[in-house]
Amino acid sequence: MTKQVFEGLKVVDFTWVAVGPQVCRELAQHGATVVRVETHRRPCPMRAFAPFKDGVPGVNRSAFHTAYNTNKYSMSLDLTNPKAQEVARRLVAWADIIGDSMTPGTMDKLGLDYESCRRINPSVIYFSTTQQGQYGPHRDFQGIGHHVNALAGFSDCTGWPDSDPTMVFPAYSDFISPWYLLIAVTGALLRRRKTGEGMYIEQAQLEAGVTFLAPHVLDYMVNNRVVTRSGNRDRYMSPHGVYPCSGADRWVAIAVTNEKEWQRFCDVIGDPDWAGDPKFNSVIGRKENEDELDGLIGEWTKNYTPEQVMTILQDAGVPAGVVQTGEDLLNDPQLKHRQHFRVLDHLEIGPHSYHAPAYRLSQTPCDIKSPGPCLGQHNEYVYKEILGFSDDEIADMLVEGVITTDADVATTT
Amino acid sequence: MMTEHDSLLGGYRVVDLTDEKGHLCGKVLGDFGADVIKVEKPGGDSSRNIGPFYKDIPHPEKSLFWFSTNTSKRGITLNIETVYGREILKRLVETADLVVESFQPGYMDDLGLGYSELKKAKPGIIMTSITPFGQTGPYSRYQSTDLVGCAMGGLTRLLGDLGRPPVRMSCDPQAYFHAGLQGALGSVVAHYHRELTGEGQHVDVSMQEAVTLALMHAVEISEIMKVNVIGMGQFFISVRPPPQSLLLTRVIIPCKDGYVYFIFGGGGFGGLVQSSRAMVEWANEEGMLMEFKDSDFSQWDQSTITQEENDQRSAIVGDFLKTKTKAELYEQAVKRGIMLAPCNTIEDTIMNAQLEARGFWEKVEHPELGETITYPGAPLKIKETPWRIQRRAPLIGEHNEEVFVEELGFSKEEMAVLKASGVV
Repeated sequence: MTKQVFEGLKVVDFTWVAVGPQVCRELAQHGATVVRVETHRRPCPMRAFAPFKDGVPGVNRSAFHTAYNTNKYSMSLDLTNPKAQEVARRLVAWADIIGDSMTPGTMDKLGLDYESCRRINPSVIYFSTTQQGQYGPHRDFQGIGHHVNALAGFSDCTGWPDSDPTMVFPAYSDFISPWYLLIAVTGALLRRRKTGEGMYIEQAQLEAGVTFLAPHVLDYMVNNRVVTRSGNRDRYMSPHGVYPCSGADRWVAIAVTNEKEWQRFCDVIGDPDWAGDPKFNSVIGRKENEDELDGLIGEWTKNYTPEQVMTILQDAGVPAGVVQTGEDLLNDPQLKHRQHFRVLDHLEIGPHSYHAPAYRLSQTPCDIKSPGPCLGQHNEYVYKEILGFSDDEIADMLVEGVITTDADVATTT
Repeated sequence: MMTEHDSLLGGYRVVDLTDEKGHLCGKVLGDFGADVIKVEKPGGDSSRNIGPFYKDIPHPEKSLFWFSTNTSKRGITLNIETVYGREILKRLVETADLVVESFQPGYMDDLGLGYSELKKAKPGIIMTSITPFGQTGPYSRYQSTDLVGCAMGGLTRLLGDLGRPPVRMSCDPQAYFHAGLQGALGSVVAHYHRELTGEGQHVDVSMQEAVTLALMHAVEISEIMKVNVIGMGQFFISVRPPPQSLLLTRVIIPCKDGYVYFIFGGGGFGGLVQSSRAMVEWANEEGMLMEFKDSDFSQWDQSTITQEENDQRSAIVGDFLKTKTKAELYEQAVKRGIMLAPCNTIEDTIMNAQLEARGFWEKVEHPELGETITYPGAPLKIKETPWRIQRRAPLIGEHNEEVFVEELGFSKEEMAVLKASGVV
């Protein structure tokens, strides 16, 4: 195996839910040793979210949870137990990077905030990520990711002009925030090599999300224009939409970006009479008659599967793509070619597909080798090999409830 | 110029050859301190024609899309399709740590500027290629746009109203932004490796894959439950074991001046119980929602309630929400611990008190327009090496003299020849 980019790097992952775990996951996929600190008394909420293997809930049965925690070690530790302090101290001393995604103030109460950690480990790199940041009038607002979709503006600008805003299925800023954090953590590591200094990185996921609205923020600032729901319409392109295909609830996206592509589009659909209508001759005419145009195109697309439409149009150089479902993605030939999904065998979930990163490194490929761990799966390795506790000390901590076990699983939350 | 002392990536140079699909990559690196040189074809990149435009004037120096995705870059023009242009690019690459491009796979190789060639010019160079589907594979030559990228990456299928076609986000171009951000990430990871070992590499980014990372657990649901997530519009859908059917709960709810996101419910989730109770307490103070005054929300059971009863509850709470504005509702939500958020328009987002209090927005001067324009600010905060917009996006060829003459050592006479021959 080639040496991996982050081999030798040590990460203590105090994060949960979505953003922090994805940051630590990517470090682990590039070779870092990542220890996820968890407790049976209050497990990561994602362990309680479906989908569960065979529909049966259980702390180790959520495919949602395991997806964001590949290649990590899991140790169980009740940080609220006063006797956990020595364990926490050794973890902090061991770490190059510490991740926190708890509600503001939680890590302070546990004595694990940046300043406290820095006293133990002066050059540690520490990141905190929360929905709205560590300070500010709304920092304590408790929401889920969909609240951030609403607050940032993603809900209001997704959907149809004649309908209401939509909830947006993914907690969208959770899938923007981690990548900025990883860039910053990597930059911090480089800087530490030169200066010997660690640093604190603070993130509000709302802010990271709003960076993806930049052109529309400027449009408001300069032109006072409020971006709003426009279905699949584009300001400059036509046709530009999602069209019905044969099969149950199957759709294809087509975007004609210029007049040359329009000509090629007309050619491959067999130059029907309507395509010659002068009102469709220019993009301006097509925009003016877009409802009619979309209807006519839909009459053509519905004779084909979305895969057929994509192939016909792409072969003619017209941008088109299947509106892919989760199932389509798992079977997508291009994603297969790039080995985007890697199948790993999870102790309780069994063989299951895991996302790889979106980039391939030619010399130091990522290695996705183990699924998200069961809670406390690596206690022996972490407590003995990494932290150097003796068998007797470990036995005591088990008795005292410092190391939690299945017996401590909360029955209700 | 920024250094490693006051910025994260200060002292590193990036040559940016991207089009609109990859612009964000260099912007992110530049805002974290790298010296990014945007190379445009003579006359300027075609992405300068993408709107919206400053005061709605379509002009290559007035594209707000261009402004917002090219901050912290210097700009030069160079025709890399000419022999001499390629020579100059190689000289520039010799001074750089990273080259980013988003041409069709094979284009750079055909020009003699592929990774293997650039590596000869500068051992240890990193080349990041951002394309719709990646450098190789059955779709690698396929054309894409934001719409196609969102569709092929699986995001579009998750969005839109029930019973209508799936949609992309109207705040485009989200697929390009995912691709650009992943490009910046892959670049920095490769850069770290090079700093440790001296070894450069080729970073192959797929826009499609970048989008698939934004689907939350949609793929996991498909694989485990054998059902595909589709756009649910304004509703949250509870999948219930038979004999119960799916349960729809309206969560995007109209209020006096817009919409809010709010789940009125209970059951096993403590946060929701507390939130519903707090909402009812507030409404009770105003003589509304008295039906729920003594409800034990922890006993509410989404798995057995009928659709009709659920709709009735939504209607009653909806009547209360209709009496309040978004701002009034959010104020109380923050104060009372109600899990409710306004569906902000971009105008509301810009006025958001939290973003304001945290100093999120950045003012950027555009002297040639006689304007200061406010931009979205930092995606995260670092005291020692603050994220910052080093400069507004470059004008066409703005730094030709600075880069070609002062840094690469061309004489003014040579510059005149290059200009006349269409190289610069």
